[in-house]
Amino acid sequence: MRLDLRDVARRIARDIPDGAYVNLGIGLPTLVADCVGSDKEVVYHSENGILGMGPAPAPGEEDPELINAGKQPVTLLPGGAFFHHTDAFLMMRGGHVDLTVLGAFQVSEHGDLANWATDDASHPPAVGGAMDLAVGAERVLVMTTHTTKAGEPKLVPRCSYPLTAAGVVDRVYTDLAVIDVTPEGFVVREMVAGLTREDLQGATAARLSFADDVGVLGQRE
Amino acid sequence: MIDKRVGSLADAVEGIEDGATVLVGGFGASGVPVELVHALLDRRATDLTIVTNNAGSGETDVAALLRERRVRKIVCSYPRSAGSIWFEERWRAGEVELELVPQGTLSERMRAAAAGLGGFFTPTGADTRLAEGKEVRVIDGRRHVFEEPLPGDVALVKAARADRWGNLVYRTAARNFGPTMAAAAALTVVQVDEFAELGELDPEAIVTPGIFVDRVVRVEAA
Repeated sequence: MRLDLRDVARRIARDIPDGAYVNLGIGLPTLVADCVGSDKEVVYHSENGILGMGPAPAPGEEDPELINAGKQPVTLLPGGAFFHHTDAFLMMRGGHVDLTVLGAFQVSEHGDLANWATDDASHPPAVGGAMDLAVGAERVLVMTTHTTKAGEPKLVPRCSYPLTAAGVVDRVYTDLAVIDVTPEGFVVREMVAGLTREDLQGATAARLSFADDVGVLGQRE
Repeated sequence: MIDKRVGSLADAVEGIEDGATVLVGGFGASGVPVELVHALLDRRATDLTIVTNNAGSGETDVAALLRERRVRKIVCSYPRSAGSIWFEERWRAGEVELELVPQGTLSERMRAAAAGLGGFFTPTGADTRLAEGKEVRVIDGRRHVFEEPLPGDVALVKAARADRWGNLVYRTAARNFGPTMAAAAALTVVQVDEFAELGELDPEAIVTPGIFVDRVVRVEAA
């Protein structure tokens, strides 16, 4: 019943408009780039000073200085540009990046995002560009499993993990549903076939409302 | 005559004192001025405050400074990375202080120092634990956090080419923090792969003008 995360990536890709400037968070969200059709021209931004970032190079073609935010080797597409860090973050913080896709530990019904730290004091904290992106991108999409590996809900009334940013998330895509964050809380737009509203609410700690025309979140788009 | 070229790495880091705040360029392994950091290590400067995005990995550059206990404090956005063993060891032992700063705020605080600003308000970090104890102001209905400028006594930067005036061009994403750090420090030291004749660098394409640069040293690419 749960979608494969590649199918979630495919669903997110459908919502990325032609011509968008997009920053994909490290980890899971990078799957989205592979799913954006060739009918769209999307410009990928990387926090270390790249616009027009392309896919991974062929083996042996890596340039150790040309890496993405996750420190993996990438390429530059024709029309791409390099710029320095302060400009890269000006694009993020100043609302110039149209859309970001981020992972999450928790999202609250107010759109609060927790994705940078747990309370595990044995590891040093690290934040990177998570807060800048969450606060500054025009539209913040979250890609996540609906629950943790232990089955704990990730969509909650209030985040218990440290916040990345308050009130920033626009829409959440999980392996069970597509859910908007609205002033009235979470509103379900689509859910996987074979799942009841009660099942979905049971996997969610926050209260859900349902759109009038809840669609089917398909396995193949 | 202006000639910012120096003949050796030792000359490049001459005069850097114990207790200095040193801005170190680089993002992951991209654009790190490895040889300059090693020259600082050889100089035996200690009690340093290091401002850098990552806290080094393996046994080189900032990781080596941490291993040799030359660092009192690190100002950083993402100290944890594959192989950041020396940072983690010193941090767990309480031997190095960590000031964790969102990456864009880190960069902008240095820019503010470079621009002579007394700080700035940003929504980044508002309502998070990284804003604890900081002044908050509501601007245009949104909560903003006050952030102070972050100047360096020294910046260590890697670029691709320099001329004798210290004009710089970089290579691909190795540019990262270089231009901001170069402008934010009292003494800016740059290692380059090669020197260019004065006038040879395209003035339309010079990224860091020489006014921000004090010393350039050539390091043969490995």
